[in-house]
Amino acid sequence: MAFYVVQFLTGLASAASLFLVASGLSIIFGVTRIVNFAHGAFYMIGAYIAFTLTERFSGAFGFWGGVVVAALAVALIGVLVEMVLLRRIYHAPELFQLLGTFGLTLMVEDLVVLIWGPDDLVGRRAPGFKGAVDFFGQNIPSYDLFLIVLSPVVLGILWLLFQRTRWGVLVRAATQDRDMVAALGVNQKWLFTSVFAVGVFLAALGGALQIPRDAVHHAMDLRIIVEVFVVVVIGGLGSIVGAFVAAVLVSELNAFGILIFPKISIILVFLVMAAVLIVRPWGLFGKPEAAARKTPGLTVNPWRPLTSNERLAALAALVVAATLPLFAGNYALTVGSEIAIFVIFAVSLHFLMSVGGLASFGHAAYFGLGAYGVAFLAKMAGLPMIVCLLLGPLLGCMGAAVFGFFAVQLSGVYFAMLTLAFAQIVWSIAFQWVSVTGGDNGILGVWPEKWAASPSHFYWLALGVAALVTIALRVMVFSPFGYALRATRDSLLRTEAVGINAKRIQWTAFVIAGTTAGIGGALFAYLKGSVFPDNLGISLSVDALVMVLLGGVETVSGGVIGAIVYKALNIWLVSQTDLSKLVLGGFIVLIVVVFPKGIVGMLEMLAQRRRKASPPGSPLIAKPIESAE
Amino acid sequence: MRARNYFIGAAFALLAGGMAHSAVAQEIKIGEINSYSLLPAFTEPYRKGWQLAVEEINAAGGINGKKLVVVSKDDGGKPADAQTAANELVSSEGVAMLTGTFLSNIGLAVSDFANQKKVFFLAAEPLTDAVTWSKGNKYTFRLRPSNYMQAAMLVEAASKLPAKRWATIAPNYEYGQSAVAVFKKLMSEKRPDIQWVDEQWPPQGKIDAGPVVQAVAAANPEAILNVTFGPDLVKLVREGNTRGVFKGREVVSFLTGEPEYLDPLKDETPEGWIVTGYPWYSIKTPEHDAFLKAYQAKYNDYPRLGSIVGYQTIKSAAAIIAKAGSTDTDKMIAAAEGISMPSPFGEITFRKIDHQSTLGAYVGKTAQKDGKGVMVDAVYKKGSDYLPSDAEVEKLRPKD
Repeated sequence: MAFYVVQFLTGLASAASLFLVASGLSIIFGVTRIVNFAHGAFYMIGAYIAFTLTERFSGAFGFWGGVVVAALAVALIGVLVEMVLLRRIYHAPELFQLLGTFGLTLMVEDLVVLIWGPDDLVGRRAPGFKGAVDFFGQNIPSYDLFLIVLSPVVLGILWLLFQRTRWGVLVRAATQDRDMVAALGVNQKWLFTSVFAVGVFLAALGGALQIPRDAVHHAMDLRIIVEVFVVVVIGGLGSIVGAFVAAVLVSELNAFGILIFPKISIILVFLVMAAVLIVRPWGLFGKPEAAARKTPGLTVNPWRPLTSNERLAALAALVVAATLPLFAGNYALTVGSEIAIFVIFAVSLHFLMSVGGLASFGHAAYFGLGAYGVAFLAKMAGLPMIVCLLLGPLLGCMGAAVFGFFAVQLSGVYFAMLTLAFAQIVWSIAFQWVSVTGGDNGILGVWPEKWAASPSHFYWLALGVAALVTIALRVMVFSPFGYALRATRDSLLRTEAVGINAKRIQWTAFVIAGTTAGIGGALFAYLKGSVFPDNLGISLSVDALVMVLLGGVETVSGGVIGAIVYKALNIWLVSQTDLSKLVLGGFIVLIVVVFPKGIVGMLEMLAQRRRKASPPGSPLIAKPIESAE
Repeated sequence: MRARNYFIGAAFALLAGGMAHSAVAQEIKIGEINSYSLLPAFTEPYRKGWQLAVEEINAAGGINGKKLVVVSKDDGGKPADAQTAANELVSSEGVAMLTGTFLSNIGLAVSDFANQKKVFFLAAEPLTDAVTWSKGNKYTFRLRPSNYMQAAMLVEAASKLPAKRWATIAPNYEYGQSAVAVFKKLMSEKRPDIQWVDEQWPPQGKIDAGPVVQAVAAANPEAILNVTFGPDLVKLVREGNTRGVFKGREVVSFLTGEPEYLDPLKDETPEGWIVTGYPWYSIKTPEHDAFLKAYQAKYNDYPRLGSIVGYQTIKSAAAIIAKAGSTDTDKMIAAAEGISMPSPFGEITFRKIDHQSTLGAYVGKTAQKDGKGVMVDAVYKKGSDYLPSDAEVEKLRPKD
């Protein structure tokens, strides 16, 4: 019996550290709608700075002072980031802020190694909380008890802050309807900055308080960021109490789950999230999102098919790309093939995100399923390459059909997080089912047949498929189905009012995107000759998001350009510099600031301006656009 | 005037190009891939190790009179990126062979690439047995003692313990899984009376140490096998120490004696764990002394195990090329099979039968000295003594 009590308390202690970080994220998201990918990075910097301070100043005062000062210092960094970077991009398309904070995270990972060195750092134990308390023969670390007490205290303070202060009232109002708050004359800038500072403070505090239990190292951020997101979503976005309950729920399920299934930890949070979101689409304590008041035309430049000149230009670009084998070496061709494959992948996500308005955080699942489909068919059934390429993506298609059915019942970030949960479930199956998938050692020896083996042939194959896929998806964008899909994106209610079955349209789009991603994955398996659970992993999903955002969500061809730029840059930087993450992150941040509509979006805007500047123009169209802006 | 400048410039360019060309002819390029950005704690000392080796080799006149150049790439911890890097090294840099890698899945991915493209690959660090056995191939050799060898070394010590009730804690991925599987198998062969009472599989890098430690304690084992390392190990040790879980229990632990993982523990270092590792401070052999002196002179830092691995990887590569007298892949394979060479740990041999080197490891006990973790009673175990019989290896390895 005593054991179960102790295990419960241990779970509560784990929940405490999760809650501190999650509450900060929840507050930030609730008010600013920023998906703050850098939250983990702030957590990590908090731990690093606290490590330095607590090592320098010993004693109780030095330790606790160090922890608080570290959190404050990081909050200050957060304010700087908000003012310099995020303020510029609040009006960018939804999720664009994700790109900026992702770039920051990349930079921070390299920076902490540069500043603090590559070794894992182990800090002091907290003065006064070094030992353990005996509980019927079981030991409970006194620091755990401290954390268990601390988290309800923080919850209480936050509750008071939100319920009893004017600032809290404004924050709650902004969480519900920030346009209205702005309309009432509240200075949103400072409200957002202060909220961001509080959120970052909590993250850094969470990190600093880990010092007595954890090692400080450069991968702390990724270890926590996804889990924290999950906790926030399970609890319901913007709900602090929800975050608290979710943190406790997840931690306790883990603490007791491992007694029965020792391997459950790897997937538990995602299982819980999937279950919660299917039953309660807005999390445990969340409220349905108020219908966003978007300007009717999301895109300032209405989409149109390419003119015949532009078609010719695209064709010319394709022809130029196809001549690459005439002058480039094998390495360049293989990189070219990889880029072509990522164009397919990015275009498929772009179709879902830009046309359907459905941002998937787990798109790699279908890419990876396509790859595994090929690997199964080639290695187990021994089918020829063409057949594998044709049938392999069907696994992605099936996965998308099943998961898509549940996912499209949700919208916005909840949709995104459910797709993430599904992707992680697929990933963990590939990871755990060693007898079939080879676990993390993957499936090896999936090499192309002779006709496609030479780098130039494979390049032509990848390029050809990429071109076909891009054209097919473009045709679809301007087909009746594409219009219906765009209608569901721009106004779900009106779409249904005119008799379109919105969910079915979205589901179809999801399956199309999943299958397309599967085609990319199938080619990828042959390019690399092997398949690993990585191919389904979060980092690949994030890569896809970054490519689409970089290219421009509000454009038709953003996916293509984003994939080419990001992938080429990534491969080149990793090969050329030891600080690839720092440089790539810096580049992304720069792009975010300079091109807040993505690369293609910016180019289109410039073209639009030039057209406006030239005398004839068409004032009839230009006017309503300006007023929409 | 302008035209003349142009002409001079062109002449210089030609000259430089010509010189570069002749330099290429006098160079031997080796490609090296590792997870530099993902695992700097291991790969930084590793890089220093191989850089020292390159310097020594070139100071001694290079390989058969040619200068050795190592082209190094980061794989970011992803198998797919490792293959991109491998491809660049082979197709674009024209390296004679590939070396390196840390993670098992990356080692396997590069090994499969080597097999497909018929390139020589010397795996430095990946521990999985599959590299040389179930997924072994003609082109792949491995330096570090495999999972099986380290398990066998630990079992030798562990089987002498009186403990009968054992629990295991291992990261939930291939390395952890196969380490536990081999350890259990070998242990149960030697000690049929042993009971395995609990196993915990925290996700790699994400251990929730409190509940894990508590769960293991609840099964009341007499001894614990640990396979976690890095930050996970730190959390595990801290929780275990505070909760008194290691008190009165024997602990056998993979890799914990390596400075990379032992040093961060400082005054939290548990006493008396049986571990594999690298006690650089207490090895007193002429080979190691020479290495240690050179390393400390160059870097003003002490070596980690990664330094040894990096150093010996490039030394091995150079020895193989020197013996082959050429960078032809088949000749290098022929030269590498059965080659013996000195190492800081004494002489090692790359076995013909499975391409595994006989580099061994130190087995000893952890202790605290002046608030720092050290390995005491460390004994070097030769790799050759801890490999299964040739007949068994034949069965494990696919025929080329």
